[in-house]
Amino acid sequence: MKASRKFIATKRVFKNGIINFGRNIWLAIAAIAMMTITLTILLFAVVANATFSHTITDITSRIDVSVYLKDEVTPKQRDELISQLKQIDSVKSLTYISKEQALKDYQQQNINNADLLTAISATENPLPASINIKPDDPNQLSSIKEFLDKPEIQALQSDPTSYSGDRKAAIDKITKATHFFQQAGVVGIIVFTLISMLIIFNTIRMAIFNRRDELTIMRLLGATTWYIRGPFVVETVLYGIVAAAISLSICAALFAVASSTLQASSLGLLDIGYSNTYFSERLWWILTIQIGIGIIIGAASSTIATRRYLKFKTSK
Amino acid sequence: MILLDRVTKTYNRRGPVLERISLHVEPKEFVIIVGHSGAGKSTLFKLLTREEKPTSGKIIVGGMDYDKLNDKDIPLLRRKIGVVFQDFKLLLNKTVDENVAFALEIAGLPNSEIKHTVPKVLDIVGLKGKEKHYPLELSGGERQRVAIARAIVRQPKILIADEPTGNLDPKHAWDVIKVLEKINRFGTTVLLTTHNQDIVNTLKRRVVTIKDGRIVSDRAVGHYKTA
Repeated sequence: MKASRKFIATKRVFKNGIINFGRNIWLAIAAIAMMTITLTILLFAVVANATFSHTITDITSRIDVSVYLKDEVTPKQRDELISQLKQIDSVKSLTYISKEQALKDYQQQNINNADLLTAISATENPLPASINIKPDDPNQLSSIKEFLDKPEIQALQSDPTSYSGDRKAAIDKITKATHFFQQAGVVGIIVFTLISMLIIFNTIRMAIFNRRDELTIMRLLGATTWYIRGPFVVETVLYGIVAAAISLSICAALFAVASSTLQASSLGLLDIGYSNTYFSERLWWILTIQIGIGIIIGAASSTIATRRYLKFKTSK
Repeated sequence: MILLDRVTKTYNRRGPVLERISLHVEPKEFVIIVGHSGAGKSTLFKLLTREEKPTSGKIIVGGMDYDKLNDKDIPLLRRKIGVVFQDFKLLLNKTVDENVAFALEIAGLPNSEIKHTVPKVLDIVGLKGKEKHYPLELSGGERQRVAIARAIVRQPKILIADEPTGNLDPKHAWDVIKVLEKINRFGTTVLLTTHNQDIVNTLKRRVVTIKDGRIVSDRAVGHYKTA
């Protein structure tokens, strides 16, 4: 009997919360709008962060060190060099590209350029064999460089070692930008969360004042604290759900438009297409998180408001 | 049923509003409490519904010792006491039957039971046929009977009516009093405060007179003279 009464009461708390949401809709709009902005900023921050780190990984994986070998280098010398290189800690992987392979690659790359092809397809193959080294961390090339700069190693090389140095500069820039955006994102999220909590708090405060009489009567008729406060919390949880849905629709539209119009235009190294992919692949996950955060913001602020303005302690 | 033992209520820095009030009400009794405004009647009711705590003294209602109540028990206490106010305290945006049902909803009763009980209670207070009216479409007496229906719908052992006839003309006041008597006949203890000399003298019930926060007389068949 008692359990079923509790269940009925809970059902009524939800029902009343939904009714209040409808009644309060004009007040609620401000709160929902603010929450939508907060959730949108949050979503952008997450997607931007993912895009930046994706870009960094992508470019980092393309950074490499190429060692060009003289034609006179014997297979034995070559194998020794490779095994020595493999022992360096910061070497992630390396590939040996023979003269024949280098020629094939060259022909492949210039398949549409007959002049360049004929210039090289002569019997003499001018392309050197090379060793392509992928480092663990593009910022930690010094031990590799140190090794390659040794005179006896230099003696084996036909051309100066190539470090994709310009790419490193780009990576540094993006890394810096990422850190900045991360910090700005965190600050933005905190500020907007606080603002939307304040607005929801105020919305509930006004709703409580509007319905003072009703709440007093409920209290005098023996309504439990939960029965009185619950509907307000349900109402703000609904704000959170509505705001999450609006925010997600806005973002979905924005990303769709952005990826089709910005894809072609040059945005440096940032991959807008990836943002869109990231977003659409994780749509349900993002929706869940947004609704979750919306609910938390709503429930937290209305709980504070009802505790502040719906006190049911007997006065002494 | 109701026991007050040397109950004193003092608000900050003022003299006591109620001073050493001792009162014993038997089950099924009908007690009228009279006194001028400011004598302490309303404070006494607030103590009984636990809107206020006494400064000192003991209150036991329906076997519940108020000293042992914590905040969680208060809603349960209030569901056991029916309360009727001078200003009705009806929800104006709800119809008559919704107002009465409201008290049952709060108590967590299932809808089927609410649908079954509300018409019966409206019949007792003589409001059959007015179920779908809004409070503002009713006369003062009818509104007060809605409030009484709401107070008794949970079948409380005790009904407290604080000046229920205060805003009513004599005819409507009598309608309300008759309903209270009827409820009392069904076995509910009724505590009524009133200013109305006619009502007190005609009812011939126990009358407790409060003056300046003290009980000055307590008679089995009391009279009330306006000074």
